Amino acid sequence: MHLDELADFAAEVRKEQQESKHCIRVCMAAGCQSSGAAAVLDGLKGQVDDDANVHVKGVGCMGLCAAGPLVEIESLEASSKTASSKTLYQKVTADDAEAIVDSLDAEPVERLRCSTDIPFFAWQKKVVLENSGIIDPEEIKEYIAADGYLGLVTALTELTPADVLREIKASGLRGRGGGGYLTGLKWSTVAKMPPGQKYVICNSDEGDPGAFMDRAVLESDPHRVLEGMVLAGYAVGADHGFVYIRAEYPLAIERLKKAIQQATRQGLLGKNICETRLSFDIEIRLGAGAFVCGEETALMASIEGSRGQPRPRPPYPAAYGLFGQPTLINNVETLANVPSIIRHGGDWFAAMGTERSKGTKVFALAGRIQNTGLIEVPMGITLRDIIETIGGGVPDGKTFKAVQTGGPSGGCIPEQFLDLPVDYDTLRDVGSIMGSGGMIVMDQSSSMVEVARYFMEFCMDESCGKCVPCRAGTDQMYHLLDKIVKEKATSRDLALLEELCDMVSATSLCGLGQTAPNPVLSTLRYFRQEYEEKLQDLAVAGSGQADLARADSSASETEETK
Amino acid sequence: MTLTVQRPKPPSEDKRWKMIDVAMRRQGYSPHALIEVLHAVQNAFGYLDDDSMTYVAESLGLPLSKVYGVATFYHLFALKPQGEHTCVVCTGTACYIKGAGDLVDGIKQRFGVRLGETTEDKKLSILSARCIGACSIAPAAVIDGKVHGHLSVDELLARIEKVV
Repeated sequence: MHLDELADFAAEVRKEQQESKHCIRVCMAAGCQSSGAAAVLDGLKGQVDDDANVHVKGVGCMGLCAAGPLVEIESLEASSKTASSKTLYQKVTADDAEAIVDSLDAEPVERLRCSTDIPFFAWQKKVVLENSGIIDPEEIKEYIAADGYLGLVTALTELTPADVLREIKASGLRGRGGGGYLTGLKWSTVAKMPPGQKYVICNSDEGDPGAFMDRAVLESDPHRVLEGMVLAGYAVGADHGFVYIRAEYPLAIERLKKAIQQATRQGLLGKNICETRLSFDIEIRLGAGAFVCGEETALMASIEGSRGQPRPRPPYPAAYGLFGQPTLINNVETLANVPSIIRHGGDWFAAMGTERSKGTKVFALAGRIQNTGLIEVPMGITLRDIIETIGGGVPDGKTFKAVQTGGPSGGCIPEQFLDLPVDYDTLRDVGSIMGSGGMIVMDQSSSMVEVARYFMEFCMDESCGKCVPCRAGTDQMYHLLDKIVKEKATSRDLALLEELCDMVSATSLCGLGQTAPNPVLSTLRYFRQEYEEKLQDLAVAGSGQADLARADSSASETEETK
Repeated sequence: MTLTVQRPKPPSEDKRWKMIDVAMRRQGYSPHALIEVLHAVQNAFGYLDDDSMTYVAESLGLPLSKVYGVATFYHLFALKPQGEHTCVVCTGTACYIKGAGDLVDGIKQRFGVRLGETTEDKKLSILSARCIGACSIAPAAVIDGKVHGHLSVDELLARIEKVV
């Protein structure tokens, strides 16, 4: 398919879409589906019947999962051909279908209406999620009509692999899986390897509990990820890609399979893409429930059909990766940014965000927060804006206590740091990490020691058992934390726990062990009082003043150990 | 002269072995496809037993120890038959904060089984998932493949009783 053919195809689909006056979109992402979106879609389809003026379709995640099932109606204004108005309905049931269809040419149904002027929608900036909730993820033509594959075809026909690399470097994009490594640097390392068999892997093993960004991207806009992978393959000289995806995401797997079939049929994937010399095919590999497989060397072992155990690095996958060949591994969200960067240019992307963290980031808001769901915001926004303004704050009149970012590798950030900008470096400075984007808000009802124990139990369970510090250390730390929670511990146990934290993080083989103590360290740093209150030999801890002083001293200690 | 590879015979006449054979053939009997093949076996039979692991090992030319090692490494592979119905309680962070622990306790009180166990009448298995990615509707559980969100203990028990 050439550039002009793609443009013709897109124009044709757009014209077709404008033929119907109303477009009804029903969110069919996992959150809304479990609240009965499928019945709503059927109900609406039944009501509309064969009316050519109305087009009903299932779409991907609209973001505000708390108010699901969501239905959006876009109607062309009577006066003009292009302007349109949008109405969003929340908590729709199948019984509401009739009222909604009846209201199409009249006033909207007020009782179901959800305002789109609220900060939750108004403050977002969508790049990765630009099509999410708008296009039907199971139809490639809808993606193409939304300028999909335009970046790929342009790159293949007009840019060299070096040009693509240059744009990615200029964008300043950093890995969205949590590490924050510069994507351009990673790509050029693989590109510099001698020609031969190379691989591109899309890491969709979103194992962090509390994170569902990748799932939403794959379910709502799978072609975007495929396009990103082919572009990566073109830039680094690979002809084969793997998507390693969790088996816990059946809907995402199904949509990805469909997307691969459709793209292959359109000649956008497979042999001689767009009649150029580039061939690239993509295979899906299922995970089987092992958190450690999110680590790149463990992930490759799993694709090779072995136990998912990491190995020491170097050699890095860029030099010696899958089946011993140079391999590029990127996270779903990283790859999903690529088509937009190629389409609009690296400078456009670099204009968003902060000095060292460019672009936007998708976050999953969950826990004790009003507007649970999925958001995409520019880097550098403050945590307070995310939690209080966009997220609507803590419900039921409770007070905010901490926000957990980065899953089992991250930490808990207390109230005093809410005005810090969200970027890779700031979050690391306060003892947490950006992580893949899960944000879990906790109110006063959560005990921080129990939260630390929860994460340690997770790491203990998920430790692959290869290296001793992680296998034995997480187990010991879990039992110490359990002892503290059950108020059977003494200050010696706490000292031992802190010692173990240092040892495990300094000597473990892979990221899982190295970061496993983070939730303990960060809760100790900011909520030490809660630990001490549970110790047998210490009287009830002193005032908040004393607590803060301790927080400061332990903060400087952590800095020294770094 | 043609080179023919002797493939082992399936352990029984069960027609489901045909599906396993198809899955292996599609992957060219590559040892790398082990995890894919084990998924196929579990989909067909519900769990992995000694016979099926031996058959897969011989077909892919792998030692049984390797197959057993992989099957026991990953949480999703079950080596024991599951109950007729399954209820997967999500114990991810968001669900934990919103009270997944109460759900687990409620199930134990009503059905007498803990996470990872199956009722004596083999009707119901209770499993846990590390996160099913339905954090925005926490606490969540998956009953026979269908996700339910915003659950209270009573609601979950009622939904389980409906299927069992």
